[in-house]
Amino acid sequence: MKVLVTAKRVVDYNVSIRVLSDNSGVDLNNVKMSVNPFDEIAIEEAVRLKEAGTAEEVVVVSVGPTACQEQIRTALALGADRGILIETDEELQPLGIAKVLKAVIDKEAPQLVITGKQAIDGDNSQTGQMLAALTGMPQATFASKIDLSETEATVIREVDGGLETITVKLPAVVTTDLRLNEPRYASLPNIMKAKKKPIDIMTPADLGVDVTPRVKTLKVNPPAERQAGIVVESVEQLVDKLKNEAKVI
Amino acid sequence: MTILVIAEHDNNTVKPATLVNVAAAQAIGGDIEMLVAGGNCAAAGEAASKIVGVSKVIVADNDVYAHQLAENIADLIVELGTGYTHIIGSTTASGKNFMPRAAALLDVAQISDISGVVSEDTFERPIYAGNAIATVQSSDSIKVITVRGTAFDGVAAEGGTASIEACDIVKDSGLSTWIKEDIVALERPELTAASTIVSGGRGMQNGENFKLLESVADKLGAAIGASRAAVDAGFVPNDMQVGQTGKIVAPDLYIAVGISGAIQHLAGMKDSKVIVAINKDADAPIFQVADYGLVADLFTAVPEFDELLG
Repeated sequence: MKVLVTAKRVVDYNVSIRVLSDNSGVDLNNVKMSVNPFDEIAIEEAVRLKEAGTAEEVVVVSVGPTACQEQIRTALALGADRGILIETDEELQPLGIAKVLKAVIDKEAPQLVITGKQAIDGDNSQTGQMLAALTGMPQATFASKIDLSETEATVIREVDGGLETITVKLPAVVTTDLRLNEPRYASLPNIMKAKKKPIDIMTPADLGVDVTPRVKTLKVNPPAERQAGIVVESVEQLVDKLKNEAKVI
Repeated sequence: MTILVIAEHDNNTVKPATLVNVAAAQAIGGDIEMLVAGGNCAAAGEAASKIVGVSKVIVADNDVYAHQLAENIADLIVELGTGYTHIIGSTTASGKNFMPRAAALLDVAQISDISGVVSEDTFERPIYAGNAIATVQSSDSIKVITVRGTAFDGVAAEGGTASIEACDIVKDSGLSTWIKEDIVALERPELTAASTIVSGGRGMQNGENFKLLESVADKLGAAIGASRAAVDAGFVPNDMQVGQTGKIVAPDLYIAVGISGAIQHLAGMKDSKVIVAINKDADAPIFQVADYGLVADLFTAVPEFDELLG
């Protein structure tokens, strides 16, 4: 089967983000960018399916500016076969991205789509679900285990307080949670090989998709600052403060 | 303006997240109706009708909704939802599952995880794991919203007198099937629901040493978490990870033990009400966010702390 995965370009999880002084957004200049960590889990899962002989081809898609090719190359180095970049400098929101991905899926007809459960920039957790809605596919979100047969996927999902098992008919959209797998690191030979793998580039207009944002960001503020408290001298004093001052134990 | 609040429930009772959704709806203003979709959910519908501020409860009671399968619930919301100005759900595993699906089918954006209401079309929401707060304005005719559970004080569960209306719309996609649920009878509360969390970092040195934290957690009724460093070092499993790529938590008390306070960890816990840091490195960044810091070797401090808790 063919598996399609996503690779969103986001600020690396180790970067301390800074809100711009004009409150128009966060500072993205000279900031390290990476593949969204939840998408990395999606890529890893697809590559494992290929290694197990379940998947024949893994296609990775990114939507955004030219620089997203870096994230596609990362995915190719991890084992994806080819990439598709839907190139645009427009501000992208989940509904627009889902529409673009739907158009890609109409052409590619994958049996399984795996995306991250959310991206760590906007924290929306929408794209996979919206994509499933638009393509008429079932969805299995927040997956911690995927078992595939010819016609369906059995997925263990992370729900509040435990786990839930569902089956979805293929083709389906699955979104990844942390426990699904632990992504590998790309080896140097694979990074070199990835440079030769093909990346198709097109625009939302080529696909006939309107990605105009529906939601306008009016301003972005830093969160309320947290003040450092006091350093206590002893465990005894700590317990006393927690009991009598903070009243939390 | 009429707002449709989607109830979070277990077919018998409504969950606290529902009361928070109603509080957010009140902040927006307008008439508030509620959808209780479930299987054998009459009791939940009854409970919903007593929630303060709700004028009407629509009960869709059918097996196809019993397990909140996203395909069926989203189709139901789409059919019912077109007459409303706002559709409000919870930022919970189930709300996050079906709400975006419903939004896409209505061809509207979703505003996820709002932490504040500015006006009927403008909302505040955390981005970058709470490291920035965005104020966003929706231009869609129907605003589909999910509400952060800790951002509003829930309304009273008793005292309301909403009418109950049965809804016989049946939406069964046939695309997904619920098999089973393993809700762990946890000895400890779940990380994202715990009011106290004790977390260990690389300073714990190995997984075995997490036993020190278990004893403290048992006495405090706390959940146990870990930093990414502790997870990456293989001390504890991934699902215990608190941080930007793990669980985002905001308990009343967060005790960070042997955690230096990397950005990615702070992003996941800095909204906690009271933060305690125990670390032998006085320069560790965790002390910059801690209300109470103790510079000490955790292997002597934690057992002493444990003992003083009695």
